[in-house]
Amino acid sequence: MPKQLMKGNEAVVRGAILAGCRAFFGYPITPASEIAEAAALLMPEVGGVFIQAESEVAAINMLFGAASGGVRAMTASSSPGISLMQEGVSYAAGAELPMVIVDVMRGGPGLGNIAPEQGDYYQVVKGGGHGNYKVIVLAPNSVQEMCDLTYLAFDLAEKYRNPVYVLADGFIGQMVEPVEFPEPKLPQIDKTWCVDGTAETRHNLITSIYLAPEELEQHNLRLKEKYDRIKREEVRYEAYKVDDAELVLVGYGIVSRILKSVVDIMRGDGYKVGLLRPITLFPFPDEKIREIAKTAQVFLVVELSTGQMVDDVKLALNGMREVKFYGRCGGMVPSAEEIIEQVKSIFEELEKEIEHQK
Amino acid sequence: MATTILKKPSTFYEVFTRKPDADKINTHYCPGCGHGKLHKLIAEAIEDLGIQDRVIIINPVGCSVFLYYYFDTGHIQVAHGRAPAVATGIKRVHPHSIVISYQGDGDLAAIGGNEILHAANRGEHITVFFVNNAIYGMTGGQMAPTTLPGMKTTTTPRGRDIHNEGYPLKMAELIATLEAPVYVERVALTDAKNMAKARKAVRKAIQIQVEGKGFAFVEALSACPTGWGMNPPDAERWINEVMTKYFPLGVFKDISDKVEPVKFERKILTPEDIKKAIGIDGGEITQVKKYQRNTVAEKYKNPKIKIAGFGGQGILLLGLVLTQAGMLEEYHVSWLPSYGPEMRGGTANCHVNISETEIASPLVSIPTVLIVMNRPSLEKFERTVKPGGIIFYDNSLIDIEPSRKDVEVVAVPATKIADDLGSTKVANMVMIGAYIGYTGILTKESVFDALDMMVKRKEFNELNRRAVEAGMKFVM
Repeated sequence: MPKQLMKGNEAVVRGAILAGCRAFFGYPITPASEIAEAAALLMPEVGGVFIQAESEVAAINMLFGAASGGVRAMTASSSPGISLMQEGVSYAAGAELPMVIVDVMRGGPGLGNIAPEQGDYYQVVKGGGHGNYKVIVLAPNSVQEMCDLTYLAFDLAEKYRNPVYVLADGFIGQMVEPVEFPEPKLPQIDKTWCVDGTAETRHNLITSIYLAPEELEQHNLRLKEKYDRIKREEVRYEAYKVDDAELVLVGYGIVSRILKSVVDIMRGDGYKVGLLRPITLFPFPDEKIREIAKTAQVFLVVELSTGQMVDDVKLALNGMREVKFYGRCGGMVPSAEEIIEQVKSIFEELEKEIEHQK
Repeated sequence: MATTILKKPSTFYEVFTRKPDADKINTHYCPGCGHGKLHKLIAEAIEDLGIQDRVIIINPVGCSVFLYYYFDTGHIQVAHGRAPAVATGIKRVHPHSIVISYQGDGDLAAIGGNEILHAANRGEHITVFFVNNAIYGMTGGQMAPTTLPGMKTTTTPRGRDIHNEGYPLKMAELIATLEAPVYVERVALTDAKNMAKARKAVRKAIQIQVEGKGFAFVEALSACPTGWGMNPPDAERWINEVMTKYFPLGVFKDISDKVEPVKFERKILTPEDIKKAIGIDGGEITQVKKYQRNTVAEKYKNPKIKIAGFGGQGILLLGLVLTQAGMLEEYHVSWLPSYGPEMRGGTANCHVNISETEIASPLVSIPTVLIVMNRPSLEKFERTVKPGGIIFYDNSLIDIEPSRKDVEVVAVPATKIADDLGSTKVANMVMIGAYIGYTGILTKESVFDALDMMVKRKEFNELNRRAVEAGMKFVM
């Protein structure tokens, strides 16, 4: 299939439909609204459902209903809307329902603004709802990945019977780039657990309630086992010129694109700089970071936040190496040049230290 | 009472194995509770209608959270108040299923007020049973939205004060005011006469869904002897004598004879149909065509372009056409807009990359090419241009000149040229012509094809093309 120019938010819906998604429930919010708009246009064309819900609370619960039916279904929103959905995500994780949630992050806290930010890392990756649960989080950094990772999200959601997030930002959502689309899938409903109004599923029960403490503990431990399996099997990242890097930049989403420019420019000037881009934020590429730390001296985490993912980098390294942070927020986006200044000053510090040690 | 338990409907499990305590025969409800009565009516109706395999019951939060202990049907247990939203989701994806949403008064009328109103208003093809016992039973007797004025509960210890807590919500009356609901009735789960009416209402509400007619709602006044601190006979009497004064029984809406049944049909598509339906079958794409790139001077290669002006000048389209043409010529491309309120009036700008190699950052903070169509944009972005870069500006609109001496400057009276062609709107196209003509970065051919792909209103094509050519002519 030839490539096609497309906006990130529109590529999401096509990736979803190609993965077999046939239901979308959402509530309009900038900068994610194009996803609902594209779904409203396209879902009926493929025999799917589109409902503009009365709120994000209703949207996530409609999704809960459709997911209970074993059908591939999704919602999309932006930061404040995701805050409202957290109750439903906790229930879905507890009831082990596969579902896909796209978050096109904007500036916060509160109403904040509609500019791109990465301030939802905590509420999405750490699970903003109650209880011991985890969600798989995929972080696209191009329009192609808005399609591909949404497509993948449905497979992962079903494989683990767990909510999966596609965590994007305003830039990735609004950006236009060429996309090559994958082949359509026509998934079958798994009747072993869902309820679809047939005799085969009559004895199935979708629930997150386990009244007896012993049972609820067992349920939690079973979930933890599942999350551990996800940690072992689903880590995805992109490592760029890290092999001989003295300083490794870490960033996801739109930031990773800027960081790649930084690496290219600085390598041209002889600086040994590399980039690690987590594609899965949960599971986080801890092991890869530790492996890189065997050769790299220092890590610089860059985010469109005041520092959230940086915690996970620090946890992965557990004091092995120094971790620096540079962030902009509120819709401010650092230029490659701005980050280069930061990197250069870190290199100067390193040299001074080496001098001092001599 | 023995006469009422003649036979357990087959819709109930024979033994309640899902119930965690030792007693697997009796329900968990208190003596005299209305839930058991309503459960039985629903179970009988399901049995009589022969739909057991198709039924999915939405289990709410409250005393009836354990519906799945008793009904041998599909079940979804949901969050407090959200049953109608969950019911919507499952019914829409499996329209042949019979979805029964069962909620108490706190669940439906307080925390889930929004969900029930909108599900009713959309006319969802679901059946809703609303148990109104004027109190929160499960949490131990707190005020419900349906608690009567003056009634004592643990959170209205002096009695419900309408100046502090407002009035009881009359949900059946409220739902009946909406256009979409097909059938709305309030019944009382009390004496034999009322039970007979309730039985009829329950059956009808499910029948309406079976027939594909739409939304049905039955409110059942139900005893909570424990919560009310009464014995069961007194509790029933209190419903009949006191509660029904505030919540009158009867049919509030019934258009079941008038509505046309809906037939649900599933669309079955092949992979090719799907691609076509979502516009990725390559139908309009002319990419098989090979474009001969121009020879481009080194300094104009791999441009990082910023385009800016005010809303309505077609700034974003200008960028998109360059992006599309670049893609046709098999360059790596990206386009990034300013978005949101910025776009609704005021200024607009976008970032375009056309590159021989993979594009790292799509953001253009230091442009090598700046195309500006109003003065504020020139003033804002001139200083960001990379030394050795190039600025194109519309000098028919901008009354100052760029002051930078370390960049190339090309003045294009784009708006004037566009006016001479007959439409101010094509000034953006003149700018495209000037840019590609001056630098050679893209060919006229690819730009024309890009225009065909991007501009939906074909009647503008001729004028757009002439504008591009006029721009090229001006700089060459």
